[in-house]
Amino acid sequence: MSSLESLYQQTILEHAKARHGGSLSEVAACETSWPAGTGQCHQLNPVCGDEITLRLAVTDGEGGRRIESLEWLGNGCSISMASASMLSDLAGEVSVDELATLIEEFRTVLRSRGTVEGDPEELGDAAALSGVSKFPARVKCAMLAWVAAEDALRQAVATAA
Amino acid sequence: MHTSVPLTDVEVLRIRNDFPLLAHPVNGRPLVYLDSGATSQNPLSVLEAEQEFYEQRNSAVHRGAHTLAAHATLAFEDARATVAAFVGAREEEIVWTSNATAGLNLLAYAFSNASVGEVAPEARRFALGPGDEVVVTEMEHHANLVPWQELCRRTGATLRYIPLTDEGTLDLDEAARVISPRTKVLAFTHVSNVLGTINPVRDLVALAHAVDALVVVDACQSAPHLPLDVKALDVDFAVFSGHKMLGPTGIGGLYGRQELLDALPPVTTGGSMITTVTMEHSGYLPAPQRFEAGTQPVSQAIAMAAAARYLMETGMDRIHAREGVLAQRMLEGLAGLPGIRTLGPAAGVERAALVSFDVEGVHAHDVGQYLDAQGIAVRVGHHCAQPLHRRYGLSATTRASAYLYTTEDEVDAFLEGVSGVRGFFGVK
Repeated sequence: MSSLESLYQQTILEHAKARHGGSLSEVAACETSWPAGTGQCHQLNPVCGDEITLRLAVTDGEGGRRIESLEWLGNGCSISMASASMLSDLAGEVSVDELATLIEEFRTVLRSRGTVEGDPEELGDAAALSGVSKFPARVKCAMLAWVAAEDALRQAVATAA
Repeated sequence: MHTSVPLTDVEVLRIRNDFPLLAHPVNGRPLVYLDSGATSQNPLSVLEAEQEFYEQRNSAVHRGAHTLAAHATLAFEDARATVAAFVGAREEEIVWTSNATAGLNLLAYAFSNASVGEVAPEARRFALGPGDEVVVTEMEHHANLVPWQELCRRTGATLRYIPLTDEGTLDLDEAARVISPRTKVLAFTHVSNVLGTINPVRDLVALAHAVDALVVVDACQSAPHLPLDVKALDVDFAVFSGHKMLGPTGIGGLYGRQELLDALPPVTTGGSMITTVTMEHSGYLPAPQRFEAGTQPVSQAIAMAAAARYLMETGMDRIHAREGVLAQRMLEGLAGLPGIRTLGPAAGVERAALVSFDVEGVHAHDVGQYLDAQGIAVRVGHHCAQPLHRRYGLSATTRASAYLYTTEDEVDAFLEGVSGVRGFFGVK
């Protein structure tokens, strides 16, 4: 597999088109306040214009505090859009603490310059983005949604009852 | 269109031998460098000029009386004379800056300094305040927009702009309306770094001078690529960068008509720009020293002059003619590919040898990555021109920009590369 094909694996190109979780409306993205237990963050990469607004809500259930929903609206390269889609797939199934851990794990992989491979058991399809770490100029693209999620999560937890 | 004979393929191949970096493969493929609009490569004569200075002349300029200092000062001022000749100016009219952005900021801050506090009588003509207007264009690089926005914010003046047409040119009818007796400064780019459009400098200068406005031209994309004569164009100020014209980074030039530069308030103050200093007051040297406080980038200035000599010896008219051929080849090639939208003047219209384009369904960043894997270096993003991109409903484009060392084979390799993009990303 060439380095280009390792960067753009089929699963990445498919996610870039499918955009799971990419259902946040323009109206919602422009709102400046939201309910308790919800957080929203806008991230822009001024270098290339990649942009995402991500909204996330938490809820308390039997297994503790979990992610209730994660939606985003974005525009950008296939890496940034695929990454947001993959993150959305993960977030439906995890607790607040688990998501925070996954974001940290993903960041470690992306900053590793090719030395750390993501674990598909943990990161799901997002493990396919491990190859991005060999392209320093693209790390920010892959991190965009995750940085937005990290901030939205912090807000959501801070305002949850 | 062109009266000069373009550089021939054989001459271009010979030129390439002067550029060591061009021979280095990238990603296992021969490098196809199409990002000279951002930064150009350096010929050996430029690299050697810098090394020679450090090996034989390195010393402080305009300070000290020893022999080395005299040699260094002479080389530094010779460099100024060379760069001045390169743009058709007199040597006293060229101020060294670190790049074109710094030159534009120098002007904006000098106008600011003429607008507040106690101002020398000769500097009052640069003063701006409420009711005054600064006019720019919708195609400007952020470097020729943001400093003017900030100047207007500081002084209370109003910023206006000349809009773009759908064809990628300035709307000259609108220009005639926007430029008015309230206009104090007209700042515009000679050649668009995104569209490749060559603006009608003389027409715009005539509009500005008819209302006594000062004209500032961003010559970043023109000085390296076409014969530039600031006197013939009758502009008041012009800026350009060394690293876009085969020189090193960290050096650029600001041209100003002598009587303007000598009247303009200084911006960076300190050593080497003063006459008499007391504890209460300081007098300032005339231009260019007036604007060159502190130790200057001496070796870079000397290397930039070597770059100017290389370009003059090659012939700016012949470089321009050659680039005209490359521009049409790129444009016609891209026009023949499905799903590609190019910005700027259509094929057949004279333009700079740079083409920005959108690939339907594929983000520019992905286009650039795909081409990079084939050794093809292009620029992706908004190219520091967000308002321009917004005007055409885009947030990012891919830009290929050629220079005197670009071959037709490279243009063809680039076109071949672009033809594979949509297939690779699964866009039909």
